Amino acid sequence: MNKLLFIGLLFVQQLSFAAEVNIYSARKEALIKPLLDHFNKETGIAVNIVTGKADTLLKRLEVEGRNTPADLLLTVDVARLIRAKEKGLFQQIDSELLNKIIPENYRDDDKQWFGLSLRSRVIIYAPDRVNEGDLDSYIDLADKKWANRICVRSSSNVYNQSLVAAMIANYGLEKAERWATGLVGNFARPPKGGDRDQIKAVAAGVCDVALVNNYYLAGMLESSQKSEVVAANKIKLFWPNQDGRGAHMNVSGAGVLKPAKHKKEAIQLLEFLVSDYAQQWYADTNHEYSINPEIESGSVLKSWGKFKADDLNLSLLGKHNTDAVLLMDRVGWK
Amino acid sequence: MLATRAAQALPNVSAFKTSLLKVTKWNSVLVFLSLLFSIPLAVVFGSLFFPEYEVWEHLRATVLTDYIGNSLALLVGVGFFSLLLGVLPAWMVTMYRFPLSRQLEWALLLPMSMPAYIIAYSYTGALDVAGPLQTMLREFTGWQYRDYWFPEVRSLGGAIAMLSLVLYPYIYLLARAAFIEQSVCVLEVSRTLGCNAFDAFRRVALPLARPAIMVGLSLVVMETLADYGTVQYFGVSAFTTGIFRTWFGLGNSLAAAQLSALLLVFVAVFLYLEKRSRKQARYHHTGSTYSSLMQQRLTKGQGFIALVICVMPLVFGFIVPVSLLINWAMDTYAEVLGKDFYLLLFHSLLLAFVTSVLALAIALFMAYSNRNNQSLLNRIMVRFVSMGYAIPGTVIAVGVLIPFAWFDNSLDALLMESLNISSGLLISGTVFTLVFAYLVRFLAVSINTVEAALVKIKPVMDEVAKTTGMRAGTIVKRIHIPMMRGSLLTALLLVFVDVLKELPATLILRPFNFNTLAVRTYELANEELLAEAAVPALAIVIAGIIPVIIISNSISRSRPGHE
Repeated sequence: MNKLLFIGLLFVQQLSFAAEVNIYSARKEALIKPLLDHFNKETGIAVNIVTGKADTLLKRLEVEGRNTPADLLLTVDVARLIRAKEKGLFQQIDSELLNKIIPENYRDDDKQWFGLSLRSRVIIYAPDRVNEGDLDSYIDLADKKWANRICVRSSSNVYNQSLVAAMIANYGLEKAERWATGLVGNFARPPKGGDRDQIKAVAAGVCDVALVNNYYLAGMLESSQKSEVVAANKIKLFWPNQDGRGAHMNVSGAGVLKPAKHKKEAIQLLEFLVSDYAQQWYADTNHEYSINPEIESGSVLKSWGKFKADDLNLSLLGKHNTDAVLLMDRVGWK
Repeated sequence: MLATRAAQALPNVSAFKTSLLKVTKWNSVLVFLSLLFSIPLAVVFGSLFFPEYEVWEHLRATVLTDYIGNSLALLVGVGFFSLLLGVLPAWMVTMYRFPLSRQLEWALLLPMSMPAYIIAYSYTGALDVAGPLQTMLREFTGWQYRDYWFPEVRSLGGAIAMLSLVLYPYIYLLARAAFIEQSVCVLEVSRTLGCNAFDAFRRVALPLARPAIMVGLSLVVMETLADYGTVQYFGVSAFTTGIFRTWFGLGNSLAAAQLSALLLVFVAVFLYLEKRSRKQARYHHTGSTYSSLMQQRLTKGQGFIALVICVMPLVFGFIVPVSLLINWAMDTYAEVLGKDFYLLLFHSLLLAFVTSVLALAIALFMAYSNRNNQSLLNRIMVRFVSMGYAIPGTVIAVGVLIPFAWFDNSLDALLMESLNISSGLLISGTVFTLVFAYLVRFLAVSINTVEAALVKIKPVMDEVAKTTGMRAGTIVKRIHIPMMRGSLLTALLLVFVDVLKELPATLILRPFNFNTLAVRTYELANEELLAEAAVPALAIVIAGIIPVIIISNSISRSRPGHE
């Protein structure tokens, strides 16, 4: 009996030395699987994946501790990367390639996490009801002239939390709170649905402007659903803050976990994810901006032209995340 | 007497007293099982010992009133409408014959196979301001958005409607089973005593069916409190959204667990009030002759009204949303169906099957132990275990995750120290953990159903059987099982359908590369790809329909004197 157990345990141990890499991913399977399959084909390394919400994955990692089978954590927002770092889940990775390709403000100072793709939270508007000249910055959306005209999703959404965190980082808590109070006062309806819903609401005339991540608009323009294409064509994108700090940016990213049993493979995968092939795929299929400035954007993204991006250090978004949520509770952003 | 006070007659009596040892052995297993399945709940409750004053102060000052108010409104609204949609049609299809009444008997159960978040997605897709209906309306009339009034799907009222439409079958199912089992004589006697049809319903049938209806209602109430998908999608800040927000937004899982514990207190109070309100009366049929129930044929006019009343829940809870899903699926099925898809189907069915069988076995065991030994401790433990149903799946999952990982890591540390072998995570992250979490969440369903069935078996039957020299085992096999067959099947299939629909716990606890239909539906719908999500959503519904039809047939056959 003991022998059997011993052999069994050896077997369990053996398993973890096969050429594989295990991912906990907050990015939906459909939006990453094709890349992982390609990686597998190229390297022969098997990729195992569990998807889920970032925070539940963090919890799972935390309680699984040093025995977690996961090697890599993938998230779609920088705030969660930073939370993982604060919980001490990541290890430092020294990769020349990663450091070379990823601009400094999109990776961790301590080399624990790395941005893999870029997105911006932009203003969209209905050109038949809004003069482009009236639009300006995020701050401006708190102005009375937008009363009853703005749609945005719930404050439970991490993209909104990161935007508010950026406002706190850029303007201080007090000014950010005044701004958020004004913004919420201008809402056309209580927040509901996702970003595509806000785009559709503007198209349907519920509101005149909305805050959304840029790739949702691109996705709708290239959707197989006719109604989505029709709605998306009724609205236009506006780059906010072009005279100021620039448009708010966020990354999807990843870090190698401290107990990783396949560290080498995990790094290999990270390096693959910033390769030209992978970055082109992000740009073409997911309509995100490449983390590598050299890579050309897809046609829809290109049509929106060049823009000024806020070069705020993304670590600050994580730092102010909790403050942002508390602030949104206080100003009644549901 | 319709309802006799038979508390004393329940067989904590001699049937099993003969072997005292057996009773205690049973009991220790019961205690063990109860404790095992209480662990996740205990983890949730344990959080109360570490109060997070600062977060609570913030919640109280800002959002807590909203959470409590909306949750109460949901509770009352969903409770009321599911009773209405459940009890009335159940009575009608049982007692009357009218066009389609035979088909409606089973069809009224169909909405049960529809997960609440999916019905919410489909109605929103169709009725939302940007949906096809309102778009057409605007194009046709030239109105602008603000020129007309249209009911807002994504609102508190909408959430009440969606949840009622898919949850009323729990009440319908149990109410109908209860009506069917009622002795015709009782109803006929009531008529000869001057009751009209309505009085017979109100004063005789309803009180007799009350325990069953209440079981249904408590399932509805708990399911409502645990719902996250619908309220979150509709932007209604209820307790569950608060739990998630506190956890995810504030990164404070302790305060989130405390909110869940508070939610549990709600449930406990409800369960207690419900139990107490019918404490005085234990309901048993005393009539010994079960004769065939004569269904009354309704006149054309009456029949039409009955048809309309009974068809409504079916139309809005099933036919409309399924048609919408089919419509979307037509566009996307080619890209969604594939080898991968059948694997999803297989995973979903396998999990549902294994869990439902285990849940039934455990429920039977607990119900019997409880019947044989009505000690306060036993009762409390079984009650406690069945509270899992009211806790959001995510919270249960974490309650499972923490102790299991602790066990794995401790074992690993021990082995490392003594043998220098690492066992890694043995049970965490396996299908076993997942099934365990399902059991914690859904045991309430099978326990309640089995208990309700067992209560209906008159203790006196056991006594009589004993006088004929039957042993306890034989009594169970020859008398109880045949009498409870319908209910046991119901318990089995309810859990089956529930597991098929389960999402949050699956999402957190599943092993690598392991997806289910619910997970796939969620991932697509969450990216707002409703059309793509329609195919796996439909698969859940279809896989759920089959058990639902089986349940219904078995209940029909349980009717005394039914052909």
